[in-house]
Amino acid sequence: MDLSFSPEHLAFREEVRQFLRTALPPQLREKAAVDGHFEMDEVMEWHRILYKKGWVAPHWPASHGGPALDVASRFLLTEELELAGTPALSPFGLVMVGPLLIQYGNEAQQKRFLPRILAGDEIWCQGYSEPNAGSDLASLKTRADDDGNGNFVVTGQKTWTTYAQHADWIFCLVRTDPSAKKQAGISFLLIDMKTPGVTVKPFLTTGGTPAFCETFFDGAVVPKEHLVGPLHGGWTVAKALLGHERTAIATVGQSSRAIRRAKRIAAATVKDGRPLLDDATFRAKIARLEIKLESLRMANYRAIAGAQLGHAPGPESSFLKIRGSEILQQTSELMMELMGMNALTWFNEPGTVPAIEQWMATSFNYQRATTIYGGSNEIQRNIIAKLVLGLG
Amino acid sequence: MNFDLSDEQRLLVDTVSSFVKKQSPVSRHRALRDDPVGWSREVWQQMAELGWLGLMVPEEAGGLGGSFADVALILEQLGTALAPEPILPALIASAPLLRLGTAAQKEAFLAPFIEGRTSLALAYAETQSRHDVTDVTTRAAPGAGGYTLDGTKRWVLNGHAADTIVVSARTSGGARDREGVSLFVLDRATPGLAVQSVKTMDGHHAAMLSLQGVTVAEDRLLGPEGGAAAALEEAMDIGAAAACAEGAGIATTVLAMTTGYLKTRDQFGVKIGSFQALQHRAVDMFIETELCKSTAILAMLKVASPDETERKRAISAAKVQLAVGGKYVTQQAIQLHGGIGVTDEHDVGLYFKRMVVLNALFGDEEHHVARFAGLPTFAAGLDTPAT
Repeated sequence: MDLSFSPEHLAFREEVRQFLRTALPPQLREKAAVDGHFEMDEVMEWHRILYKKGWVAPHWPASHGGPALDVASRFLLTEELELAGTPALSPFGLVMVGPLLIQYGNEAQQKRFLPRILAGDEIWCQGYSEPNAGSDLASLKTRADDDGNGNFVVTGQKTWTTYAQHADWIFCLVRTDPSAKKQAGISFLLIDMKTPGVTVKPFLTTGGTPAFCETFFDGAVVPKEHLVGPLHGGWTVAKALLGHERTAIATVGQSSRAIRRAKRIAAATVKDGRPLLDDATFRAKIARLEIKLESLRMANYRAIAGAQLGHAPGPESSFLKIRGSEILQQTSELMMELMGMNALTWFNEPGTVPAIEQWMATSFNYQRATTIYGGSNEIQRNIIAKLVLGLG
Repeated sequence: MNFDLSDEQRLLVDTVSSFVKKQSPVSRHRALRDDPVGWSREVWQQMAELGWLGLMVPEEAGGLGGSFADVALILEQLGTALAPEPILPALIASAPLLRLGTAAQKEAFLAPFIEGRTSLALAYAETQSRHDVTDVTTRAAPGAGGYTLDGTKRWVLNGHAADTIVVSARTSGGARDREGVSLFVLDRATPGLAVQSVKTMDGHHAAMLSLQGVTVAEDRLLGPEGGAAAALEEAMDIGAAAACAEGAGIATTVLAMTTGYLKTRDQFGVKIGSFQALQHRAVDMFIETELCKSTAILAMLKVASPDETERKRAISAAKVQLAVGGKYVTQQAIQLHGGIGVTDEHDVGLYFKRMVVLNALFGDEEHHVARFAGLPTFAAGLDTPAT
């Protein structure tokens, strides 16, 4: 047994760090320093920088433009990007539809879409949830009817279509066989957002950012060539994501950065004439959270080492997401507590409060989503109960 | 990075696991609770023959030279059935012997142990000392050709049965001074040493020691006079890492026991494992078990680190995870078993009690949170710019 990264992996990490020292453009660097909220144009600017470097899709195979990194290198790259506070890339193309197209798409689809996802020429969003199909996703009602002329006609409403207002394409789960039972009649369809009949209505998150959208389909005509996988086989396609490598879902890099930031805040905040970092109660609170993270980091390392040796990551990876999202939320909460009233600013003009305070409350509020998105933590628990513990 | 076991380690785990199944199911520990010793000298002998005791000692000191990971793997397996033989006490007692002892001392005290002829104990705790091994009031006064020891020691693990007992005593300085703490190796039969056997809640035994005018020769002093604090702290970390390994075995076992119960127990006309409230509780137990297993590995790989801060950081993190997660898993195991879980007849309570003891030993949750937060690594690098 060996806990250390190999010299090759450490050299790669150094290469990433070297790159990160100069790669962030000044205005992004400034925002990263205070963990500010990145707008979509800033996210895509960073996407294109990583694309030029060849690191934008670490887990894609080389045959589709991936960098041919092994599991540990992929983890290290992600961790370093998170530690440096670089903009989180939009996952819908790179992490979701891209890998699904690689697995289930035909050659034409792969040629048409994959290079543009990589280059950041097209932005994607996700059309899964509906107002009445959340955790019970298979009860979705958006219909795609065969018009007999080689098209589907799509009618319905998708919600939580995050950043759909910026998206060029949406990948959707749609009902193609209304008579079949739940999962059986669902297909996986790609839809051009410029299609007549598609309208987008953004709405605010509790974090005050317009991340969420509702997307309406009113007789949108979609060519059948945009069906991915077999007709009525969309559930299997969507579910395949669960079986993909999920060693990055613990977001240990992001949490490490957050805990370091909490310590910085504690060092800079004074109570009774002394830094909060020297207050035994607060110090212990931070330490408990850091220990929680260290435990998760070790569990994450075990998953990586297993994947490195070719052991398929099973549904047990879900627990990395559960605990990782909890830690991220708790760290955010602790930072709010450490900052006290200084954390309460809400979208005031830049300069009204110190930059370090500017984004705290919005980010804290948006963090509530981490235990919900990507399958709520309760759904993750259902998955582990059924598939790992055999309870049902 | 690689957490797969070597072929030798896999073989070792198989051997221990098969030993546990065939010769030491938890019913053996249950039966031995009423025995005045609480463990079996025959089994101890057998463990020696299997080489498990020798793994704790390097080859140059006559042992088989295993790594701590090897011993931890044994402890994890033994933990699955609460095998009561005193390996953990031997680990913490042999640690200062190996670190400070002369070749002659190692030969005299470790050779019989490796052969399974003796068992060991480390007497470090006193009424007031809590988790501070430098808080020593037992005195050792130098005299002609040796020392005279006076004082009392509490909760000496395996002290009731040990043939060789390593005792901490102050040769100089005031209470809680790091300097002045010395270690002495005592035979059980030393005049002036009174051993009172006491039972502990986990079905094991320990001892309260009273030392009144106990005289020992100079060759019973381990290492330099007054310079044993670091070796004692290291022994505590070894004990903590061992507790984490055993605790991982316990957590794994009670999780399986509990999910097994959820799959067989009928209420309201269905298996109770079909209830989501209980499923999610079981998943939280699974998560804590995985984290305990992970940090047990962290502890076993870092316990021998030459970098003291790195060692302490890893051990404290692992011991806190055991305190939080091990407690959660064993408590919820009882809860999910319902009333039967609170009976002495059911095994789940035995595992629960052992976990409570492991969490009280070698620094509890608060102790290790505070130690982790006090390490130089905790506040390092905060003065650099934010990105």
